[in-house]
Amino acid sequence: MKIVLHKTLNRFLHKSLLNYKKCKEVLFNFIVMKLKALFVAILLMASCKENSKITEVVKETTKEVAVNTSETNDVKLEIYDFAGFEQFLNKKDDKTYVVNFWATWCAPCVKELPYFEKLNSEYQSKNVEVILVSLDFPHMYDKKLKPFIKENALKSKVIVLEDPDMNSWIPKVDKGWSGSIPATVIYKNDTSRFYEQSFNYEELQQEVNQFLK
Amino acid sequence: MKKLIKLVPAAILVLFISAFTLNKTVSNGYGIGDIAEDFSLKNIDGNMVSLSDYKEAKGFIVTFTCNTCPFAVMYEDRIQALNEKYAPKGYPVIAIMPNNTDVKPGDALPEMKKRAEEKGFTFPYLIDEGQHVYPKFGATKTPHIYVLEKTNKGNVVKYIGAIDDNHTDASAVKVKFVENAVDALLVGKEVEQKETKAIGCTIKV
Repeated sequence: MKIVLHKTLNRFLHKSLLNYKKCKEVLFNFIVMKLKALFVAILLMASCKENSKITEVVKETTKEVAVNTSETNDVKLEIYDFAGFEQFLNKKDDKTYVVNFWATWCAPCVKELPYFEKLNSEYQSKNVEVILVSLDFPHMYDKKLKPFIKENALKSKVIVLEDPDMNSWIPKVDKGWSGSIPATVIYKNDTSRFYEQSFNYEELQQEVNQFLK
Repeated sequence: MKKLIKLVPAAILVLFISAFTLNKTVSNGYGIGDIAEDFSLKNIDGNMVSLSDYKEAKGFIVTFTCNTCPFAVMYEDRIQALNEKYAPKGYPVIAIMPNNTDVKPGDALPEMKKRAEEKGFTFPYLIDEGQHVYPKFGATKTPHIYVLEKTNKGNVVKYIGAIDDNHTDASAVKVKFVENAVDALLVGKEVEQKETKAIGCTIKV
């Protein structure tokens, strides 16, 4: 819910910002080049002002909604504690979710990421969605995680789970999870399986296909 | 209804498969109360180290750790602090590097020695050559701690898991799992929290 709201707001904000900029540009040309049309410009100015007011309001709301979102390098991170993250393990919409726990510092995780990316694009039509859950350290978000997401142009949804009290939440993901990564949950509605292992593409396909039968 | 009937074999299949993979993920290592077998592993100084070398010890804080895992690195100072606090009380830290050094050359013995010197480790930093010891414990990641209590029957596993509840910030730690366990053992009490979970780097095979 939070994300949807956030996305919509962002889109709206983006749009209205664009409108505002465009508006200003157009206005400038108008004033300099066509003095004759000054009265029209004044009219337009009024409408721009109104527009910018809306922009301000939306900006404020966005701040409030997206308190956990940090933004640099053009990559926005969605950061959750476990309570906030749990929704991604409990969707009941007939879609098959492949939730992969990884981190940029985890070599075997990085190695298998391309398979998850491939799965996400090739199985989109089969109602499969990959969610990449980063467990990177907070002080590495800007230094490593964001550049990594950008450089590798990750298409799957990336979210960040930031909850240091791991002993409290690891068993909630799966009782058998010792805590090593990579680890993956595949689920569809109430059927769920947990894997504390690395995957290659064939293995991943094989597992996901079980859920599509 | 027809749909439901179709779903039944699928459900059975899923159950079947999950039953098998469950077996696969359950580690065969030590559980709480098990007796840990002694080992003889090479230390960074070239000497072989066994638990039986520690005649005066009341127990051990066996720590699977390595150079190359950022998680383990975050805990280096805390492992060192554990040894400084508890070795004099009879619970020394015994660190074991379990990774395959062909996969992780940064964990090779000379690198371990370098790291230990840089950090001033006061505990033995052993290499699990041939990777025979960590599977006996059932360690899956670094860092992974086993607190053992020395008894007449042998070294009994009393605690398995993390050092504390905050890896990123030592000052924000609320519960010191290992310290609590050793403190309890030192006064002859039961360890309250016997097992904890934490994220770590998979041991490289």
